[in-house]
Amino acid sequence: MAAIETFRLAKSYKVGFWRKHEREVLSPLTLAVQEGEVFGYLGPNGAGKTTTLKLLMGLIYPTSGAATILGRPLDDPKMKAQIGFLPEQPYFYDYLSARELLTYLASLSGVPAGDRQRQVEKVLHRVGLREHADLQLRKFSKGMLQRVGIAQAIVHDPKLIFLDEPMSGLDPIGRREVRDLIQLLKDEGKTIFFSTHILSDAETLCDRVAVLNHGQLRGIGVVADLVREVSGRIEVVWEGVAAMDALVELGAETHSSGAIFRAMLPERSLERAVDVIRQSGARLISLTPVRATLEDFFLERLEREVDTGSRAASGEGAS
Amino acid sequence: MIGRIRVIAFNTFREAVRDRVLYNLVVFAILMVCGSLLLGRISVQIERLVLVNLGLTAIALFGIVIAIFLGIGLVSKEIERRTLYTVLAARPVRRWEFIVGKQLGLIATLVVNAGFMSVGFFAALLYLQHGFEAADRFLVVALYFIVLQFVIITSLALTFSTFSSPLLSTKFTFSLFVIGTFAEDLRGFGALAGGSTRILTAGLAYVLPNFAIFNVVSEVAHSIPVPGRLILFNSLYALLYATAATSAAVLIFDRRNLK
Repeated sequence: MAAIETFRLAKSYKVGFWRKHEREVLSPLTLAVQEGEVFGYLGPNGAGKTTTLKLLMGLIYPTSGAATILGRPLDDPKMKAQIGFLPEQPYFYDYLSARELLTYLASLSGVPAGDRQRQVEKVLHRVGLREHADLQLRKFSKGMLQRVGIAQAIVHDPKLIFLDEPMSGLDPIGRREVRDLIQLLKDEGKTIFFSTHILSDAETLCDRVAVLNHGQLRGIGVVADLVREVSGRIEVVWEGVAAMDALVELGAETHSSGAIFRAMLPERSLERAVDVIRQSGARLISLTPVRATLEDFFLERLEREVDTGSRAASGEGAS
Repeated sequence: MIGRIRVIAFNTFREAVRDRVLYNLVVFAILMVCGSLLLGRISVQIERLVLVNLGLTAIALFGIVIAIFLGIGLVSKEIERRTLYTVLAARPVRRWEFIVGKQLGLIATLVVNAGFMSVGFFAALLYLQHGFEAADRFLVVALYFIVLQFVIITSLALTFSTFSSPLLSTKFTFSLFVIGTFAEDLRGFGALAGGSTRILTAGLAYVLPNFAIFNVVSEVAHSIPVPGRLILFNSLYALLYATAATSAAVLIFDRRNLK
């Protein structure tokens, strides 16, 4: 069964003084996330990631379309008891301690009174906040608040967890801890839907990802399949004559270290690059294929969009 | 459902206590001690009258100020600080449960506050009279009416809080309180006028809250009994008005995009 399903889910806001104009922040979105998956929702800032999450959480209402979570409508309380949510830059009642907040939210989630304390202690331990559990949240650092955010999202042991930019504001150690925690939750069989603009995190953790930009879905699939769509690159190393200008013309990024030269270039330019190096009298040392990353896919898609946009703009200008 | 409302109400009460709202009790205590000590010296025969007027007016005023200032932030502050995301997004809490819980929490705060002030007030009265009189039981009725006013003011502040900024909500709620205090004058003016003015004032008199009916301070200060019918009528009026205002708050909040 799909854990999350959206069907042409869209959101736009009326803007302007008379609210006559509509600004679309999410174009009709259709996607399905399967149970047990770690699903990455990627996109630059302002792409519509948080809007999608707010729609799924019932904080804002869609302009059109529909969605279900765990097979139930978005306002179903039974479904809500089985999901957890970490908002982007979470804010909490700062007059409470971490323990009080978690106890409060666990009772709202319907955790039985008998299990509540045990569950709270378990998550406090899990996010490494046991020592600071009785400190008021107003005295917490940003990183500690992010941990509280994760703790409140899992305090009721939900089946499905939504995380909006979970690594934001964390130092490298904190990021690794969150990554480990997500991996642990995945191993426990939880479904995780997380939005991020940090692509390396998504690449490490996600079974599948969706890429969003300007409110539109630009790609969805397994990371390996998506990066396969990106044309590969080759690292060429040679010795002797530089021949840099000719290689730059072929689209290469070049570096030199003494008499050793390196160029990273698109696979399609390989033969011509080798010809250039040989004709210059240099000695070829190695040719190494470089695996494309999610970042390459991401950048290629965004660049393609910018190109299409500028072509369309120049076309409109010409007509 | 009841459990969730109770949990939200308790947390609202806890917030008010931790935000040191009950510190106003210290000011009230000082007022009562000074009042009872001074009144014994400067007023002859009318010590009770003056103390009852001073005490009940202070209890009402302190409570109304707290009701307005906490009430206008009940929802808007939660939206502004985004603290309600963790409560409403992924918990089986319906929006109306959140509103009702917040309101009950604030009412509980005001009742506890008024309760402490009442203890101080009766202590001052005991010091002044060296005992209680039979007519003093009507003071409890006056205090009950003050609490009913709190309930209406809270629901009005809460309603404004669901769609307006704290500053505007304060202005709206305070304006309604002032107009409602002179509701009887509005009715009187309507009776004197004719035509459309009469219809308009009559309509306003029915729609706007009538706080004048809850003010029995003068009567109880003069030991005039409060009829049972008035107690029943005022209780029903406060209940209906607060329910209507809270329902409006729920309807507005239910449709709002929490951006």
